[in-house]
Amino acid sequence: MNTIWSLAKVVVLEMVRRKDFYVLFILTVLLTGTAGSVNLFNDRSIVRYLKEICLLLIWLSSLVMAITCTARQIPMEREQRTIFPLLAKPVTRGQFLLGKFLGCWLAVGMALAVFYFFFGLVSASREQQWPVLNYLQAAWLHWVMLGVVVAFTLLGSIVFAAPSSNGTICFVVSAGILLLGRHLNKVALGLPQPWQSLLYGSYFVIPHLELFDVRELIIHNWELIPWGMVGLATLYAAAYAAAFLLAAIWVFRRRPLN
Amino acid sequence: MSSHPLLVFALALAVAFAAGGRLLVEEQALRRETGSVLKHLLGESRRAFALHVFLKADAYFHQGFYPSVFDAPVAPEAKTHLVEATEDNHDHQHNHGHAHNQHRDWLEAFGCHFQPAEHRHLEGLGQAREILPWLRLAAELDPQRVETYTVTAYWLRERLNQVKEAESFLREGLRANPDSYEILFELGRLYAENDRDVPRARIVLELAIEKWLRQEASKVSPDHVSYRQTLGQLAALEERAGNLERALAHYIRIYQVSPNPATVQKRIEELRAKLAAPQKPPP
Repeated sequence: MNTIWSLAKVVVLEMVRRKDFYVLFILTVLLTGTAGSVNLFNDRSIVRYLKEICLLLIWLSSLVMAITCTARQIPMEREQRTIFPLLAKPVTRGQFLLGKFLGCWLAVGMALAVFYFFFGLVSASREQQWPVLNYLQAAWLHWVMLGVVVAFTLLGSIVFAAPSSNGTICFVVSAGILLLGRHLNKVALGLPQPWQSLLYGSYFVIPHLELFDVRELIIHNWELIPWGMVGLATLYAAAYAAAFLLAAIWVFRRRPLN
Repeated sequence: MSSHPLLVFALALAVAFAAGGRLLVEEQALRRETGSVLKHLLGESRRAFALHVFLKADAYFHQGFYPSVFDAPVAPEAKTHLVEATEDNHDHQHNHGHAHNQHRDWLEAFGCHFQPAEHRHLEGLGQAREILPWLRLAAELDPQRVETYTVTAYWLRERLNQVKEAESFLREGLRANPDSYEILFELGRLYAENDRDVPRARIVLELAIEKWLRQEASKVSPDHVSYRQTLGQLAALEERAGNLERALAHYIRIYQVSPNPATVQKRIEELRAKLAAPQKPPP
């Protein structure tokens, strides 16, 4: 565990040094600020559109950070040839991958904490209320969803040759699932066999990232999600992240390092 | 912190975005021509987004509980609940063509805990204001979409008590659609019901009737609803002002196009009786 933790700390420190987060955060602040400065029928208390824009930017930024940072981890180690001395030490390939996963996941978690704090400030400035538990649920679900994204990006960085192709594929897959995932069953029902069974089957196989997108509940001030459901969703994400990590370890063990 | 070229570039991009947004706002304030910036940016494709944005306002009205295109395809001519709410006798016991308690599979049943799953409207004090940004954007995207102006004005005037803003928005709509009898009707209603400015309301409503006759009268299936509404508003206005003969003339015109002529006939008879009754001498 110490080895994994040490590897993770290096990844987190590297992500802190990089400018990706700062740039994305500044962009989010500027765009939210601009949207908030628009005069809408002289009413300064309209807030939900602002929450929607801010949350959309947070989601986009978090996906960009999670995918780009994870996608470059292994190729960068290979390119700089630091992977060879690292794996020459008593570090297994499994520990190496778990360390990378933990580091990336913790780093995006830290970034999410800052983003959601900013969101809370934006929301409180106009709504005069701060439903902390709702925001915590949203941030937690968002973070566990990013765990799945980080895991499959890590798998992709072993399968695909270049970080750019891996990043693009992961973006397309994540966006596709987020936008269409929950509707695949409805589309499948309208198809003839065997396409119906095939599509319905894939509906059950894919990780439903959109389950973790509770922006509508936050924007429209809905009640808390039952904690039991949050726990089940966490288990669901953990199962998928574990499956992707195991697949990544399995593939990584069979691949030559160079 | 050492300056990284990517960081400098991204910061410049962020500043450009923010400045662009600010300029957009400034430009709107300076130029009275509606939708000009978006027209330059998106061309004619902006109209395709206008309906989507209008539906977004309807989704906000339902606090996010709204069917997707996969649940119930929305025809462009289908009435949203925002529009229905502006009409009299609106029945709130509607559904959205999808029942959230009937799930197709366990995954859908599980997923409903993470999204709005109950039919609710924005009904608290002033909460309806949350739909306004999307209606504003819909008008920017498609200034020729008359319904956006009339619906927005209704919500501003009736539910949010922002009469001045409603009038200003309707005038903006009228500049973009100078021949719209619907906008003129809504403006006349505002003058009649909110401002109690009878002469002004009369002029605007009569102009609406004139526009309707010019555009609709010769059609195979004219928009009789708007015609009746405008005449009804005008008749009620004249009646309140004591001009019973003018009111009677309007009711007779309504009678000719009413789906329920018996009720209108009764009103006509009441007015005739009032007119026939001897005037009371002043005390």
